[in-house]
Amino acid sequence: MTMDRIDNIINKYINEEGVLIQLLLDIQREFNWIPKEAITRINERLKIPVSQIFRVASFYTALSLKPRGRHLIRVCLGTACYVRGGPRILDSVERTLNTKAGNTTSDGKFTLETVNCLGCCALGPVVEIDGQYHGGLSSANIAKMLASCN
Amino acid sequence: MKSASDLEKLRKDILAKRDPNRPAVAVCVSTGCEALGVKGVLKAFEEEIRKQGLEGKIGIKETGCLGFCEKGPRVVIYPEEIYYFRVKSTDVQEIVSKTLINKEIVERLLYTDPITAQKARHLSEVPFYKYQNRLLLDNNAKIDPKKIEDYIALGGYTALAKAIFQMTPEQVVEEVKKANLRGRGGGGFPTYRKWESTRDAPGEPKYVIVNCDEGDPGAFMNRALMEGNPHSILEGLVIGAFAIGSHEGFVYVRQEYPLAVENMDLAIKEAEKYGLLGKDILGSGFDFKVRIHRGAGAFVSGESSALMTAIEGKVGEPRPKYVHTSEKGIWDKPSALNNVETWANIPFIINNGAEWFGSIGTAASKGTKIFSLVGKVNNTGLVEVPFGISLRDIIFKIGGGIRNGKKLKAVQTGGPSGGVIPEQYLDSPVDFDVLTKLGSIMGSGGMVVMDEDTCMVDVARYFVNFLCDESCGKCLPCREGLKQARKILNDIATGKGKEGDIEKLQEIADVTSVASLCALGQTAANPMLTTIRHFRNEYEAHIKEKKCPALVCRGLVSYFIDPKKCNACTICFRNCPANAITGEKMKIHMIDQSKCTKCGTCYDVCPPTFRAVQKISGEPVPLPIPEEERLIKRVAKDKSD
Repeated sequence: MTMDRIDNIINKYINEEGVLIQLLLDIQREFNWIPKEAITRINERLKIPVSQIFRVASFYTALSLKPRGRHLIRVCLGTACYVRGGPRILDSVERTLNTKAGNTTSDGKFTLETVNCLGCCALGPVVEIDGQYHGGLSSANIAKMLASCN
Repeated sequence: MKSASDLEKLRKDILAKRDPNRPAVAVCVSTGCEALGVKGVLKAFEEEIRKQGLEGKIGIKETGCLGFCEKGPRVVIYPEEIYYFRVKSTDVQEIVSKTLINKEIVERLLYTDPITAQKARHLSEVPFYKYQNRLLLDNNAKIDPKKIEDYIALGGYTALAKAIFQMTPEQVVEEVKKANLRGRGGGGFPTYRKWESTRDAPGEPKYVIVNCDEGDPGAFMNRALMEGNPHSILEGLVIGAFAIGSHEGFVYVRQEYPLAVENMDLAIKEAEKYGLLGKDILGSGFDFKVRIHRGAGAFVSGESSALMTAIEGKVGEPRPKYVHTSEKGIWDKPSALNNVETWANIPFIINNGAEWFGSIGTAASKGTKIFSLVGKVNNTGLVEVPFGISLRDIIFKIGGGIRNGKKLKAVQTGGPSGGVIPEQYLDSPVDFDVLTKLGSIMGSGGMVVMDEDTCMVDVARYFVNFLCDESCGKCLPCREGLKQARKILNDIATGKGKEGDIEKLQEIADVTSVASLCALGQTAANPMLTTIRHFRNEYEAHIKEKKCPALVCRGLVSYFIDPKKCNACTICFRNCPANAITGEKMKIHMIDQSKCTKCGTCYDVCPPTFRAVQKISGEPVPLPIPEEERLIKRVAKDKSD
């Protein structure tokens, strides 16, 4: 089952050059992380060395070698969000979820990450919850938003 | 399409089918407005128009970003071009009934000038737009980025037809040279020189690349262009490819911009369908294909040589540039890379000529530049201005001044590679060379306004921390030097700064700037150096007096509750995450300094009418008042009278 999903993604990139990053981004989107099976499968089918796949997967922040939670919370710490209180929002989320940025809560519900800029600078501070952007936040309303995630 | 006249015929056909007087509503669906809930507004319009049986009579258009995201969601009513801001789904029924049908204005949704209280119906009356010259951004409000017909209707791809049928590749390069177009990605390198050397370099195939790896935190002009008008970038790219003799191109977009990826992907497919991309473009015999490459989140990959290795599917690290990428780029083939904004300028230059382009801007910097004006300024958003405008005009005339009546301290330009420019230089005209002289850079156009509540040590620490995380680690001075600089800045910010720290930072800055391969390391010192140069006193206050004058650095501030102002409302007591506040109703609250984590929650939640929570730095916290004085005696109203 998992292998079929991996193979379907790899099939899109057969006989093309320079596809590793695109392929890994697709795997990331499908599984929410890069499972070990995917790495070995890419190695088998595209003959890309495992070391090279690991190097790429560990270099880019969008690719995760650890499983992520059901909800992905990304707190923007770009300059505009930073000067408008982004770090305070992060503090508040860290307290509410009882986990530090870069980690997943023990119940597997939330993964908390920081991001360098989401390009919504006029609305800072911004937090992205499961792909949805939320602007102009305060420490008070972020807790409510987290509570409404199932 | 097989010829330039086919394109012209298509344009006329599209226009003939359109009634310019038909009422229509254009809703901005870009990322900014989406974050503010525009999807609901759009749905409400669709439902309302259906409900009133006006389908076909009133058009709905989804458009791109006009940059004033702060006041979103934004809708425009055509044909009168009335702009409504902060529209909610509950306003929709009124807009349809009043404005679209009866041509009446809904006054409360118009832009109101905060100073003169005047209402503005049209964009040209809004101060934020009045002083701009929106060459590139203007079409974002007129075009549905998902429909190529909209772009063609406005004369899109006529520049391409002109270039390939009426000009030689050499003439195209010559025109760009005469226009003196300089790269909008940061360096300001003359575009024609990149094109020329790629064209003249031996080796086939040659590649052309759009750089939309807008990694600068605080900047989003490339996102707005690519989301709102992807065809203008494509058209520029194809013209460039024709001039260079390239038949294959890449659009590199960061994956943090999913909508930009989606719209560009669609734009490529549509252009192929119409014969504007692919084999035998417009019947000219010229072939050109484009692929999208999504970036996977690495700031350093925006650097040209790093971006090219990323396109090859490898780790995006820079390499030495004694061999230029225009000679050996992607797969060691000649490659020309330009920023999104640079490409979007090309169709204008070809259509209107170099002379016209040269009439905008200063002697050395021609045309317009889009800035991302953000931070502590009243009007935040995208600002497109001709080169030569002063920073003061951007911040005060367009930006409407500093928020909450605070004082301006500095403006940071150019992202992490740039520097801070203090108040006294605000009258300097903005162009590539002037900003460099001030110790900062133009960069891709980030402009973060900082007020008196911004700590300059903290700003330097923020950027050094950012660059430290984003350094790829290839060059030792950047990898290790920045780490040391971060440690020193962290020490200064937490009260552990020592005499000599400033000099040590300067020394690290000297080495990193000369001994790093790429611009990330070479310019990494700018935030440190400019803050030290202009705000040395703030560094010294942190080091010598253990004081953060702007009351920002956590390790140097303390919170206490002024017993004279506290009304024992228990709000701070209930909100304190560290349980550091004692008190109850009728009993003045106090902060236990040993438990306080200095998160500032109490300061934020204390009702503005009391303002009892105080933030101090560099002075001792007043001693707690005796227990018996903590009880508040309120005289109860005698209800028996």
